[in-house]
Amino acid sequence: MEIDPLIFRLSIFILSIFVGYYVVWSVTPSLHTPLMSVTNAISSVIIVGAIIAGLSGNSQSIFNTSSVFGFLAIALAAINIFGGFLVTQRMLAMYKKKKKEK
Amino acid sequence: MISPNLSAIFYLISGVLFILALRGLSSPETSRQGNLFGILGMIIAVTVTFLSIGNFSSGFVFVILFILVGGTIGAFIAYKIPMTAMPELVAGFHSLVGLAAVFVAIAAFLNPTAFNLGSPGNIKLGSLIEMSIGAAVGAITFSGSIIAFLKLQGIMSGSPITFKGQHPLNAIILISIIVLIYLLCSTQSSNMFWILLIVSFLIGFLLIIPIGGADMPVVISMLNSYSGWAAAGIGFTLENTALIITGALVGSSGAILSYIMCKGMNRSFFNVILGGFGGTDEVANNSSKEQRPVKSGNADDAAFLMKNASSVIIVPGYGMAVAQAQHALREMVDTLKKNDIKVSYAIHPVAGRMPGHMNVLLAEANVPYDEVFELEEINNDFANADVAFVIGANDVTNPVAKTDPQSPIYGMPVLDVEKCKSVLFVKRSLSPGYAGIDNDLFYKENTLMLFADAKKMTEDITKNL
Repeated sequence: MEIDPLIFRLSIFILSIFVGYYVVWSVTPSLHTPLMSVTNAISSVIIVGAIIAGLSGNSQSIFNTSSVFGFLAIALAAINIFGGFLVTQRMLAMYKKKKKEK
Repeated sequence: MISPNLSAIFYLISGVLFILALRGLSSPETSRQGNLFGILGMIIAVTVTFLSIGNFSSGFVFVILFILVGGTIGAFIAYKIPMTAMPELVAGFHSLVGLAAVFVAIAAFLNPTAFNLGSPGNIKLGSLIEMSIGAAVGAITFSGSIIAFLKLQGIMSGSPITFKGQHPLNAIILISIIVLIYLLCSTQSSNMFWILLIVSFLIGFLLIIPIGGADMPVVISMLNSYSGWAAAGIGFTLENTALIITGALVGSSGAILSYIMCKGMNRSFFNVILGGFGGTDEVANNSSKEQRPVKSGNADDAAFLMKNASSVIIVPGYGMAVAQAQHALREMVDTLKKNDIKVSYAIHPVAGRMPGHMNVLLAEANVPYDEVFELEEINNDFANADVAFVIGANDVTNPVAKTDPQSPIYGMPVLDVEKCKSVLFVKRSLSPGYAGIDNDLFYKENTLMLFADAKKMTEDITKNL
């Protein structure tokens, strides 16, 4: 009998939780705020689902209920991706300046 | 058009890049490189999605358009937002992730063919379960984050909102969510799907309103975690490795931060979730105490004490951020350093409104990060320091947490500020902090209260140095 592909995805999921556990404990407490903003940005990789939904219409009808939700989700995720990475960049740049001054 | 196998490998690569992005944050030196890994991972994931669909119909233009619109708004916010408003920003961003998850789930439910999940009314059982979990958690994240945002922004009162029967009501709603998911899976009825979404929005709202302003660091971390689990649920639906890995990473990251914050307050997670902390009854108990004498001084006295010290420890708290005193503080410290006085900063885990908030504010004011220490690193140094300068912090310095088992904050790790030879406490009045209890430190022999606005006081001290 073949193994259901779901089991493989579940394995990836469980192992990633462990990876996340050890990686996040090694994050220095002074960078916990950037950690939150960057996790925000990366969780917006949900945009891939939104893109699939957005492109689900055919050339006659680009807009159907499903694709409209897709487009809205694209805009929301894009706010997060750009906002999240850029604000993280901005914060991390502040940690750089100090080192130079010394 | 690229093969599903190839795109799966690329999604795996972007998942690995996201892991490296978090790994980079283990030190400020590697953190910027980590952020670039994250951006690269995102670019790969989006590009591969386009390539795997391969259908560059006119819809493509709209996808790009919406990315540009969202991206511009996001970039604008990222550059404009003041660092003091980071907690609100993060709460706002969480709500967007939650809502995006809900929208993707709706799109997949209405048009399962596009996602390879079966046909409308006949969606694969596994996909339907994954989808409804993703949608429910996403909806909870959305409405919960909106409440957190309103509380942080001050639009909604920070005090806990409780009513009779609150916990039974929440329990009933949570059970009904499970029942609805079961009914949805057995009937495939779209009505069940909409009701599930509405009920989930409602519970997100109800779960956060009883939690007080002081517990916001836990709430933000918790919602961070939820947004990750929502993303993972959608990742299972879409059979997308990048999304599953990311969801798991973000979910565990938020959970760890919640744990650290709870430990910083010596509270259990459930205790925070059930809410109601910081209510008025505790204040009433304490106001009955008789007035005790305090020593108060002015900027001149403070400057005199610090000039004659050889080491000073600064204890900043959220009050410093409210008064926007971080730049004035750094100028004061610069002057002290010119006089060969050793200065370090002590940060309590729950100082500020979100994990690491104080560190970012100090970094913004150009404080070198190697002068900033966590509680465990610096707590023993208070006994050898000459002056502790408490600015905007309160409960985290309260010695009652070590001495009085009756106190609501008993057992909470606190900074041993009272062990310093002298303590300078900048505060506007003797009012209690968030926990609603009196701070014993105010009445100690070696404490000098400086009643003023934090920024103005700091500037005055600098002038007198």
